[in-house]
Amino acid sequence: MLKIENLHAEIDGKQILKGLSLAVNAGEIHAIMGPNGAGKSTLGYVLAGKPGYEVTDGTLNFLNFDLRDMAPHARAAAGLFLGFQYPVEIPGVSNLQFLREALNAQRKGRGEPPLSGAEFLKIARAQAAALGLDPEMLKRPVNVGFSGGEKKRAEMVQMGIIDPKFAILDETDSGLDIDALRAVGAGINTIMRKPDRAVLLITHYQRLLDYVRPDFVHVLADGRIVRSGGPELALELEREGYKDIAA
Amino acid sequence: MTALPTKRDETWRYSDLEAVARVWPVATHAHVVPAGETLALPILLDAADDAVTIEDHEIEIGASAQAIVHVAITSGRLGRVFVKVRLAEGAHFELTGAIVGGGSDTHEIVTRVTHAEPNATSAQTVRIVLGGQATGSYLGKVAVARDAQKTDATQSAKAMLLARTATANLKPELEIYADDVKCAHGATVGELDAQALFYLAARGIPPAEAKALLLRAFVGGLFEGTPDETRFDAAIDAALEKML
Repeated sequence: MLKIENLHAEIDGKQILKGLSLAVNAGEIHAIMGPNGAGKSTLGYVLAGKPGYEVTDGTLNFLNFDLRDMAPHARAAAGLFLGFQYPVEIPGVSNLQFLREALNAQRKGRGEPPLSGAEFLKIARAQAAALGLDPEMLKRPVNVGFSGGEKKRAEMVQMGIIDPKFAILDETDSGLDIDALRAVGAGINTIMRKPDRAVLLITHYQRLLDYVRPDFVHVLADGRIVRSGGPELALELEREGYKDIAA
Repeated sequence: MTALPTKRDETWRYSDLEAVARVWPVATHAHVVPAGETLALPILLDAADDAVTIEDHEIEIGASAQAIVHVAITSGRLGRVFVKVRLAEGAHFELTGAIVGGGSDTHEIVTRVTHAEPNATSAQTVRIVLGGQATGSYLGKVAVARDAQKTDATQSAKAMLLARTATANLKPELEIYADDVKCAHGATVGELDAQALFYLAARGIPPAEAKALLLRAFVGGLFEGTPDETRFDAAIDAALEKML
């Protein structure tokens, strides 16, 4: 589904990713772990196409699309979803308005008819309920005044409504208490644990992996994947730290 | 005042005097709001691209009376609304304004508000969106007379520039002779938030739609729930669409 080869990327002329290769197949959940500054978030931004992140070498293929040629909104319409480490607050725009516009823009990009207000509302309410987010919060401006946990739940509600093929979740577990972590974990499993979906979980810690069991774990250090393994690798990292493994 | 204004006059400093000359002199509309009554004054300037429109108003607001002025300037080479206000005891003045300017438009809202007696309140809110080489100005002055204790006056002006070639002039001014008053003023000029634009893009919203969404959030809602909402918002939407 996603095939990255020899990816080199920089921001402001500073090389962050230095020859990263990774293949993710449909039905798989991969975790990317690594120390601060390894390039984990950069990988997420490069995949989603954030302005300022420049790919200088390598290939990025997603479902036979060359991502390098695609604008961020087109990548989303193709089925790519980036869950933000720090979801952005947008005063004056309600969650419902934002998500309906997003979903219908994606459907238009895929040649599907737009959803009516009633159809959309039904989906939005169901997803909010599934993630334990008060549906009333959907009427409020995007992320404004939301607590850290509410923002991350809201990201998962967005993911449920948009229903992507591939999700990159950047530290979705940071800033969550145990209940929120459990809800978010269950959300990822329900929405994305399917034969035709795949997930890239970017995380510092093992704890989210207790709820979302990865098929593969990779260690990212200094812009490259230095080790790959099964779920046991995450436990080993938790026990021994990144220092020896990444060296 | 029949002589053509010059840029030495502060209220005309940022104007398009060549355009002004085409319509000068301009008649002043005088309004008197009797004690306890309400004046609603909606001013929508959305004439064609080359139009020059200057609206000049003087409002005397009687004791405990109020004047609610809604202004939207959404097209025309020069659109100017000048409002001079005098508030008597316990009176209330409200000005809500939106400016959307593109091309080489000059759009301006100029106010001169005098709190002449105690316990009067005034609130001015202006939002400006500018692209191209447009100039948008809010020049607002609040004067509080020596006897006008317990005055409560606010001015909030915010401008959003879509191009580095556009110009916003925001000048809230205060002249206070009383000592027990509340006068708040704020002015900011900014650009669309790049983080918010990327967030919207990452959820599948194309750039033009994303910008429109953020701009509507910025200028929208100003007239929500008022009788002018539909008419004003339609003009604002059309102007924003033309610019993106």
